[in-house]
Amino acid sequence: MSIGIEVDGRALEADEGMTILQALRRAGMDAPTLCYHPNLTPVNVCRACVVEVEGSRALVPSCSRRVEPGMRIRTDTGRVRRARKVVLELLASSVDTSTAPELAAHVAAYQGDPARFGSDAVRVDEPLRDDNDLYVRDYAKCILCYKCVEACGEDAQYTFALAVAGRGFAARIETGADAPLLESRCVFCGNCVAVCPTGALMPLIEHRMRQAGEWDPSRQHVAETICPYCGVGCALELHVQDNRIVKVTSPADHDVTRGHLCVKGRFGFTYVHPDPPSR
Amino acid sequence: MEHTDLLFLWGSNPRETHPIMFHHMLRGMRNGARLVVVDPRRTPTAQLAHLHLPIRVGGDIALANAIARVIFEEGLEHREFIAHATEGLDAYREAITTYTPEFAERVTGIEADTIRRVARMYAAAPRAIICWTLGITEHHNATDGVYALCNLANVTGHVGRYGSGLDPLRGQNNVQGGGDMGAIPNRLPGGADVEDAGQRAPFEAAWGAALPPRSGRHQSLMFEGMERGEIRAAYIIGENPLMSEANLHRSRELLDGLDFVVLQDVALNQTAEIADVVLPSALSWCECDGTVTNSERRVQLMRKAVDPPGEARDDIAILQDLAGRMGHKWDYTGAEDVWNEVRRLSARHRGMSYARLAETGGLQWPCPDPGHPGSKFLHERLWRRPIEGPRAPLMPVQWEPPVEQPDDAYPFLLTTGRRLEFYNTGTQSRGYAAPRPQTEYLCIWPADARRLGIEAGDLARIRSRRGSLLVPVRLDDTLAPGLCFMTLHHPDTMPTNVLTIDAWDPKSGTAEFKATAVAIERVAARGSWREELVGQEEMSRAD
Repeated sequence: MSIGIEVDGRALEADEGMTILQALRRAGMDAPTLCYHPNLTPVNVCRACVVEVEGSRALVPSCSRRVEPGMRIRTDTGRVRRARKVVLELLASSVDTSTAPELAAHVAAYQGDPARFGSDAVRVDEPLRDDNDLYVRDYAKCILCYKCVEACGEDAQYTFALAVAGRGFAARIETGADAPLLESRCVFCGNCVAVCPTGALMPLIEHRMRQAGEWDPSRQHVAETICPYCGVGCALELHVQDNRIVKVTSPADHDVTRGHLCVKGRFGFTYVHPDPPSR
Repeated sequence: MEHTDLLFLWGSNPRETHPIMFHHMLRGMRNGARLVVVDPRRTPTAQLAHLHLPIRVGGDIALANAIARVIFEEGLEHREFIAHATEGLDAYREAITTYTPEFAERVTGIEADTIRRVARMYAAAPRAIICWTLGITEHHNATDGVYALCNLANVTGHVGRYGSGLDPLRGQNNVQGGGDMGAIPNRLPGGADVEDAGQRAPFEAAWGAALPPRSGRHQSLMFEGMERGEIRAAYIIGENPLMSEANLHRSRELLDGLDFVVLQDVALNQTAEIADVVLPSALSWCECDGTVTNSERRVQLMRKAVDPPGEARDDIAILQDLAGRMGHKWDYTGAEDVWNEVRRLSARHRGMSYARLAETGGLQWPCPDPGHPGSKFLHERLWRRPIEGPRAPLMPVQWEPPVEQPDDAYPFLLTTGRRLEFYNTGTQSRGYAAPRPQTEYLCIWPADARRLGIEAGDLARIRSRRGSLLVPVRLDDTLAPGLCFMTLHHPDTMPTNVLTIDAWDPKSGTAEFKATAVAIERVAARGSWREELVGQEEMSRAD
């Protein structure tokens, strides 16, 4: 059922059950998002997408609030801009954003200045967890968007290897008593890696190449193909640099995968480039 | 999968073997579907089921027939659908009369009341899907097992409707496509019948050649042909039969005895050791263009991403050159050109141009013309009034136990399968840093291990009537008393098929990988054996 709403003074049609964000995007408008993912249940934690809704005292997260008939929404008021800017500045000031181009772009778009909190602003101080051969966890880059927890749990895998532990600034993503991944329930599908917006979770190959200064997206192209394992027919995006596959992802809007893969599909490609060559 | 009321998985463990398909099932469960899993092992899939039926290996037909008997006894069958769309009811009802739930309980180990409950759940569900995998098809009576499941769908009308149906989950990315393209002994591309002159004619015209008027041999018959000396050479493309066929000693003897073996593959697998010529292939999924067809009959494009190494070439180019040397001038310009020939000859693929496949991310056949959206499911014709085409036959099938049963000499039953991280004989999966070690082990029921004096990590000898292997042991409480489990994933160090039985289904040719009688004994305590011993075998021909 179609319902009428008003956004920034403009009348829009939206479908019943849609979120404000979906309605905005369908109308060619937008809001910055970090914890939102089209295939995951919104958890409303980053607050980057807030908008004003007439009659609502607090700003509301557009990614989860559903449209209502006659709803009047403002996306570009001083209050909205200020809230978004501060949220983005706080996040960017507390973590390493070196592999988070999305976050950096949002900060720039809102003329944020994460350095303004001073050099003694509290930062997430976690060591790199490099405890297996497939992916690394660098929680110094983690903005606690919960996407990895959702993908590992009820939104895709039902593996439940990850959860959020602790409260307040001590909150962190955990495997349970901080166990190494190999001792956790992790099945290494890497679906957490795929949804991570800041590079806190990263395939080991990409991490090593970045460390060595060899990771160069300008020399990469993406080829779309189908996974060589099993009969499900998962769509793969092969990221190729210098005639070598360096990373595998899947399109989030593909009917078969919704962006998710299993351990073989995401990581089982290295036989293509045996080292030393055996083919 | 996402819009159904009952997911009935039979001999299928998609959480490990088809993980992304299982995501869709999980969404179905979030939407309210129940999950029932029939599996001798409490697999990761079974652990998430509403109901797990831990069936004795090979009891499937008895269970299916008993479920059908309950459905009729309690009047839960879909009388209208049976009358409208099926045939053979009397013979079928006659065939299942002896399958009381109590009889099935003795065969399957599943309580009679549970069988009744499942029958009611399946018959009463507004929509229900039965999926099966190799737990049904790797038996000497595999086709009968499939018929038994089809019968259930036909007597309840759970077929030919959105959210209801039958789904064999394919194990490889192009099992479906290979069959669709005629890589089975009795079909030509698009499913045309080799033995029907009328269906053969368009192919003969297109190819300018007379085609053999009779079905060829499936792989098990080929091995039998080698045994009789009727087959003297083999051209093997993209397969590792030395390691993947049941009864490895026999396959080795037969392949070794051939005059000439050509292997065309992407890597030097074990079969390469006995090949006279190896033709290096490029990888179909990333070093060439082409198509595959997945389990839902969806034809999908694969695109070249990287150059193949060294002298490796596209299979199409190799075959075309070979045809040239044999005096046939094939002049396909590449994969798309071959595909367009498929479209000319196969009505169900006609509407699928490369451009459409790229644009849509894949189309499900039948897709007979360029405006057709593809078909989400089959057999809707059975519901049309009047019915279109032939009625669905109810197939009377009888349960038989696996060829080998545990006995005093071989008191355990070995069943084989896959583990999440690995794949078949490992040609692809042995090359990556998998989270589990790239080695094989024997899983046994903890109480059986105790009785044998075996502890986790000990080295054991596992023996069948065909061979024996030394293998490290793990205790596994997802099994059942008397049941043990291994995979074929690591043939470099563990040629598991030394043990398996080459009894095969006469209709499909698939061997009974799921049931081998074995004996197990302790050889050395944990920590006291050397790694080199693992996988060593001794010839054993006790019988």
